[in-house]
Amino acid sequence: MKTLSWGGQFLLLLALWVALPARAQSPGDAGFLSTLAGLRDASFDDKAKIIEQISQTGHPSVRAVLTALMEQRLYFRNSDQKIFIGKTADVDPLNLIDPLTLKGGGTASAESVTQIGTNNALRRVLREAVARYSLSSPEVSVRRDAAREMAKSLDEPTVKLLRDRLSVETNAGVRQEIATDLALAALDSPDGKARLDAVATLSNSVSQDVRNRLASLIDSEKDENVKQAAASAVRSIDHWRTFYSGIQTLFFGLSLGSVLVLIATGLAITFGVMGVINMAHGELMMLGAYTTWVVQQAMPGHIGISILVAIPAAFIVAGLTGVLLERTVIRFLYGRPLETLLATFGVSLILQQTVRSIFTALNRSVVTPEWMSGSLHLNDALEITWNRLYIVLFTLIVFTLVQLVMKRTRLGLDIRAVSQNRAMAKAMGIKTEWVDAMTFGLGSGIAGVAGVALSQLTNVGPDLGQSYIIDSFMVVVFGGVGNLWGSLIGGTSMGVVNQLLEPWAGAVLAKIFVLVALILFIQARPRGLFPQKGRAAEDK
Amino acid sequence: MKRKAFLTIAPLLTAGFVFATAAAAQDTIKVGVLHSLSGTMAISETTLKDTVLMMIDAQNKKGGLLGKKLEAVVVDPASDWPLFAEKAAQLLEKDKVAVVFGCWTSVSRKSVLPVFEKDNGLLFYPVQYEGEESSKNVIYTGAAPNQQAIPAVDYLMKEVGAKRWVLEGTDYVYPRTTNKILEAYLLAKGVKPEDISINYTPFGYSNWQARVAAIKKFGSTGKKTAVVSTINGDANVPFYKELGNQKISAEDIPVVAFSVGEEELSGVDTKPLVGQLAAWNYFESINTPANKAFIDQWHTFIKNPKRTTNDPMEATYIGFNLWVKAVEKTKSTDHEKVIAALPGLETANLTGGIAKVLPNHHITKPVYIGEVKADGQFNVVWKSAGVVPGDAWSDFLPGSKDIEADWVTLKCGNYNKVTKTCSGQNYK
Repeated sequence: MKTLSWGGQFLLLLALWVALPARAQSPGDAGFLSTLAGLRDASFDDKAKIIEQISQTGHPSVRAVLTALMEQRLYFRNSDQKIFIGKTADVDPLNLIDPLTLKGGGTASAESVTQIGTNNALRRVLREAVARYSLSSPEVSVRRDAAREMAKSLDEPTVKLLRDRLSVETNAGVRQEIATDLALAALDSPDGKARLDAVATLSNSVSQDVRNRLASLIDSEKDENVKQAAASAVRSIDHWRTFYSGIQTLFFGLSLGSVLVLIATGLAITFGVMGVINMAHGELMMLGAYTTWVVQQAMPGHIGISILVAIPAAFIVAGLTGVLLERTVIRFLYGRPLETLLATFGVSLILQQTVRSIFTALNRSVVTPEWMSGSLHLNDALEITWNRLYIVLFTLIVFTLVQLVMKRTRLGLDIRAVSQNRAMAKAMGIKTEWVDAMTFGLGSGIAGVAGVALSQLTNVGPDLGQSYIIDSFMVVVFGGVGNLWGSLIGGTSMGVVNQLLEPWAGAVLAKIFVLVALILFIQARPRGLFPQKGRAAEDK
Repeated sequence: MKRKAFLTIAPLLTAGFVFATAAAAQDTIKVGVLHSLSGTMAISETTLKDTVLMMIDAQNKKGGLLGKKLEAVVVDPASDWPLFAEKAAQLLEKDKVAVVFGCWTSVSRKSVLPVFEKDNGLLFYPVQYEGEESSKNVIYTGAAPNQQAIPAVDYLMKEVGAKRWVLEGTDYVYPRTTNKILEAYLLAKGVKPEDISINYTPFGYSNWQARVAAIKKFGSTGKKTAVVSTINGDANVPFYKELGNQKISAEDIPVVAFSVGEEELSGVDTKPLVGQLAAWNYFESINTPANKAFIDQWHTFIKNPKRTTNDPMEATYIGFNLWVKAVEKTKSTDHEKVIAALPGLETANLTGGIAKVLPNHHITKPVYIGEVKADGQFNVVWKSAGVVPGDAWSDFLPGSKDIEADWVTLKCGNYNKVTKTCSGQNYK
């Protein structure tokens, strides 16, 4: 604590003297600090009592301290046992904040401080305590979360707090949350009219908690009107929740589909356009995923942008591997699919073992950046996770870029020319060998980019590729070999069908159904959804 | 031509290898290590391989066993269950090992069981499992359901107040049998069938979004819901990640896991997991002198002070010490004699209790329940009073209630107390 001037100390004394009668329990800063100090080595039960004491001091720092404790960033310094708030958790060195002034208190290495631990029961107490203080936060989202949290414990003081807030609250979203809370509390009112009004307010909600409360009201309610209103409100909420859960399932399907499209796009080029059965496609994705990990290791402290750096890096690593693979193995095997299959399978084993030798057989943990974790809260019935949303967008971007390359660039023109009629293309002066290498490199690079996305969804290990190779071939065959649009439609529809089946068939059976359906479909239409037309197709 | 050259060299190489191992066999006792060093289970099993190597190293520094040095024979069954049987046969028939430490998943144990029984080998199995088995040739140093799953469910029921249950597992024998036992137990405790949801996903599953959404929905009826997770291997990482993304916190819907320990958490961003539960018979954070010495020994051996220890490592430690005691007692590494000497032997565990081999080839263990902390360690929130003896045949399944395993007096792993007959070692 910085030393105060004589005048300052006098003012502080005066302030204490004025404050003392008002809040008899709080001896001010010193008392607050000594209460805090109790947290250092208290048992969890004692900590709960201390939290209660802290929140009763009415000190201006209460919210900051309790939030920090809840988020596991309240520490004490080992040297002088002084308590500090960490600005962000798990960084080394920590940026310390003084719990009294809430101003910067210097830095400390992670070893020199000890974290004050919490357990589930404590965190629940903390969440409620913090919610009370958060209701007057300047941030709208914090106030809304607080109001939502307070719905769980609607006792007298809480209701009074909410009512006070409602009279000054300006944000419509927060007002609505508070109105819902107050209506929930009003369901216990002895006045039938008040209960009826409350039910009317609640019937606009889509929250499951509200629905459960209304459903329990139906059982206990005496007033026939209220009973009927509650029943119809429950029906309405159920109706909307079913609707939103349908949308959610569709989104799940879309997101699974987008992963399938992403892993199949590269293959649609190497297998679809060039006709190379590349069994090492999955391993190229794995290389992309490992590249993400390496990039993250190379730039610690910048996890947020490391993913963006990893995308071009993975494209280059996987692309160059692809070019190398084409130049050294595949080019000697054009027109011999069986041998290509065996050779690339061998390559896939070599790549796996190489990775195992370099990075060990253990999975590497790729950290999810802050902006990709959590979910987008649309309403109480529908939340969409950010990572899936980004991957859907990412797939669309990658797909558009590939389309542009194929349709609008010289390389794309060459690729199409060579794939349609190699001899003629050669006669027109196109360096077909170079085009082959570039095409394979492009397809491989996209596989690498898909690997970056997969690193956010699954484990990064040497076997990553194997679990996706079958899926990617399935998408390409289903969509129609040689047709990028086919892969897009095919992948998306396979994803959606899979997710629609999963809730009632289970993950294993759903996949089997999709496979069987695919086999039947290929029997009927051997060339897939969008078969290639014209002479080029006949040659293959 | 090159390929031909290789074909002629290959047998020579193999022959040379066999010859070399045969020569070394004279003056050492061979210890087989049968853990996956690659594939989906490598994350968990590699550590156990290193633990056995550490124990062998320490024993050799003490002068070996019966005047001979111990020699590890490490094979890699690569998370491939049939390959486990092949590698087990190789260890027993070709390398003639004195003892095998190995297996993690129950499907791998079931796969090697016939091999060990045919060759009359000795396997120390260090992982918690579903029970319903007692083989003459296996010592189960991990927890049986009554030493892990049942106490964990009791904890959730009594301390957390859970009323609705999601039993989420990987699709193979351990989760299926455990969940069968747990379902019978919950029903016996008065839980209604509609309050239990059971679901299985494949090994290495990563597309958890729909399952987690379903758990969230199941848990939103107003009754306190808990998830009992028998998800095994690396599928856990995306599972917990998805729980975090869909904002299911441990305070709302706690997940108690039977296969997630310190080692599995060491490669994971633990922030979204804080407060989730695990039930084990050992936690690294338990402060005893023996545990501290073990952790120091491990850090020195593995040359990395950040490596964690975990429950199956303790079970391996216990198993190894029991085997050493049995060999010292019989002054022989003969499987038959060692197996006969094992029941009744005692050794200290790392958390201050005594592990005693019971006639049913299981051991006594304490039970702990811990909450995940932000640093990936566990905070013990509950412990059993004293040690719990392992029960091979669950008392909660109708078929196995009357079955008893006793290799001392009855000489049978599957003795029916009602019909007084000894059938095959496996129930059904």
